[in-house]
Amino acid sequence: MQVNLTGSLRSSANGEAVVEISASTIRELLSKLLETYPGMEEHMELGIAVSIDGEIYRDSPSKKLPAGSEIFLLPRLQGG
Amino acid sequence: MTHDQSFTNQKFKLVGSRVNRPDGVDKVTGRAKYGADASAPGQLVALFLRSPHAHAKIKKLDTSKAEKLAGVKAVITSADLPDHTAGAQLDVLENCMARDRVLYDGHAVAAVAAIDKETAKKALKLIKVSYGKLPHVTDVDEAMRPGAPLVREDIFTRGVDPKPTEPSNVCKVSTFGHGDIEAGFDEADVIIEKSFKTEQTHQGYIEPHACLASVGPDGNGELWVTTQGHYTYRTVCAALLGMDMAKLKVTSSEIGGGFGGKTHVWIEPIALALSRKANRPVKAVMTRDEVFKASGPTCSTSMDIKIGAKKDGTITAGSAHIRYQDGAFRGQWGQLGAMTAFACYDLKNVQSVGYDVLVNRPKVAAYRAPSAPMAAFGVESTMDLVAEAIEMDPVTLRIKNAAKEGTRASYGPTYGPIGIGPTLEAAKNHPHMRAKLKKNQGRGMACGFWFNFGGQTCTDINISADGTVNLTLGTVDVGGSRASMSLICAEELGIPYDQVKANIADTSSLGHNDTTEGSRGTFSSGMATIFAAREAIEEMKERAAQTWDIPVEEVEWVEGEARAIGQKNDNLPPLTLKDIAARAAATGGPIAGHNEVVADGAGVSFASHICDVEVDPETGGTRIIRYTVIQDAGKAINPDYVEGQFQGGAAQGIGWALNEEYIYGDDGRLQNAGFLDYRIPVCSDLPFIDTEILEIPNPNHPYGIRGVGETSIVPPLAAIGNAVSNAAGVRMTHVPMSPPRILKAIEEAEA
Repeated sequence: MQVNLTGSLRSSANGEAVVEISASTIRELLSKLLETYPGMEEHMELGIAVSIDGEIYRDSPSKKLPAGSEIFLLPRLQGG
Repeated sequence: MTHDQSFTNQKFKLVGSRVNRPDGVDKVTGRAKYGADASAPGQLVALFLRSPHAHAKIKKLDTSKAEKLAGVKAVITSADLPDHTAGAQLDVLENCMARDRVLYDGHAVAAVAAIDKETAKKALKLIKVSYGKLPHVTDVDEAMRPGAPLVREDIFTRGVDPKPTEPSNVCKVSTFGHGDIEAGFDEADVIIEKSFKTEQTHQGYIEPHACLASVGPDGNGELWVTTQGHYTYRTVCAALLGMDMAKLKVTSSEIGGGFGGKTHVWIEPIALALSRKANRPVKAVMTRDEVFKASGPTCSTSMDIKIGAKKDGTITAGSAHIRYQDGAFRGQWGQLGAMTAFACYDLKNVQSVGYDVLVNRPKVAAYRAPSAPMAAFGVESTMDLVAEAIEMDPVTLRIKNAAKEGTRASYGPTYGPIGIGPTLEAAKNHPHMRAKLKKNQGRGMACGFWFNFGGQTCTDINISADGTVNLTLGTVDVGGSRASMSLICAEELGIPYDQVKANIADTSSLGHNDTTEGSRGTFSSGMATIFAAREAIEEMKERAAQTWDIPVEEVEWVEGEARAIGQKNDNLPPLTLKDIAARAAATGGPIAGHNEVVADGAGVSFASHICDVEVDPETGGTRIIRYTVIQDAGKAINPDYVEGQFQGGAAQGIGWALNEEYIYGDDGRLQNAGFLDYRIPVCSDLPFIDTEILEIPNPNHPYGIRGVGETSIVPPLAAIGNAVSNAAGVRMTHVPMSPPRILKAIEEAEA
């Protein structure tokens, strides 16, 4: 599936805005991204969120990634 | 048990009503206990020695005389604390206590615990620090210039390719957007480019940071503290000090304001370390001077905004370069500003670049929708300039370009159902928009966005023998959530509101709850409360089935009572919650409901604000004449509190827009660390702030709830900026729009 990278994440994937990863859950997606792009580790340490079809998930690694869904990797948000 | 969190359009009896707040009497009579209100036998007083320099090497730090002073029980420097060098918590601990150098005016270098304040003060004077001053930088633009003093030598810019080999004050570059902005600008009939600045402000909570820490020689500890997230404080303090989390009980006091500033630890780990060293309880309370200098204000910013539009009002491209200072520690504030800058609009071509920049100022913390108000000031001011250039009403321009369901957000994902269009339509049709203005008065409007999020939540419901209910929450109540949660609990169980008593548990009584931030309280605790109540109902149906000796499948729960279904059960009168509670001991013991959930899927939130001001051309002083907030709440559980959040955000935004400002001298020291010189609005500065609640349900919550606490502070800087610019006849580009800045702008325009 296509995974859209945003913000500073792109720099650790050779500047690519979209990468192709095969994964069925958020956990698998993040694990495979790290395998392919080790430079993402420093971003993941600071926190990552995954948007699936417009809904942002911060703490749901088991969340399924439906086939054909829109996936965005976002920085983990902070609020006040 | 897994619960479905989808919106169900449930009909309510209690939710949506205006009820008295359960903490109201305690707060107005002084019985409520805040951070500084706890005491323990034998407690010591903690005081901090802080840096008088913006940036300096600590050449020598001698505490020996202080330690020998009678009445001093412990002295702590960084040498007493674990070395987290290269660890994730290094920044946090180094901010609490400087290691080899101080990074800002007010950075703590040592702390003392003594039998009383006078002794602690004397001890601070006996601590000898030899500093070697280093060059400093406090302005975000200056910090980015080549040759600027380096705040830290271990920070290399992230987000750029190839990886830099030289350290930099720019700790991160974050780019968001889509489309082709150059092509978009080529299509435009009008292009407006403008630069803006906003100064650093503090959340301005009235209650300073305060705690009572106690750690025994067996490793067990307790912390009473004013905080937005006592579980997070436990996690961080335990990690920093090498304690077992389960052996550190953290209790959140009532909170006198936080707004993001009480999401981080400041004095708390040091109070625990002092207590551990002294083997006595230690109380630490920040002075207001310390709160300003050494807690976590928001960023000062500088930005360049460019928007292109066709004459019909279609925006063809938008770009933003925004520079946020993070203080002396790495943050994500510029990144957040870049994500939110254009989030209100449906743009084919958009790019926003955020720069996170280190300066010699205190570590920046979240402040209510962190980073969004400043970006909105730049973008929404430029939107008004575009409207003026194409001679279109500013609201109409915004409506024409508003994001909607299916719009690809400027920060990436596609929106679900959202409320920006409806808030703008409501603004356009509001009577405020038609009210006449007098001489020297001007009207402005602006809109704003915030993400909202949910997170880990854990809730208990325990039903007492008399049928009253204890609702135990772990999400700190910063804005009235005990009332809202009690309403939800009563709604689900079918009992009166006043039969529910909500309590905030300490960390040993309930599973982890995330900090109350990101407008998550009502969204996530509301969800957990609904699910916990439904579990309790299932249990009560079991108890009723036992009482009647029928299968549980023949029991239903309707309006607060168990009813037996079917003709054969006609002779069984309903059992109320009270009846079932009274028989609990004989039907299986205590009746409880519990839920733990990761409440993801919080719906984003939008608001539109309208503001009228009067500017005195002689003095440059501005008076807010009228102010209206229109915001989507998803579902307003307790409309009083929702309106209060709307009004509170607007009030803080008014202070930020007109007066509040950290002023640094050339020596890098803060000049106005007190409420006399840093002026927050008081009642006489504010008109009644009118509100209109819209309810566009969040599809990912059973009640449709969206967070409401933060979005209301996003539009005010821009709405007031537009109003002041219209009143004064000159575009204001620098916040706060204090009288000297307005006068200067008027004089420059006239010249």
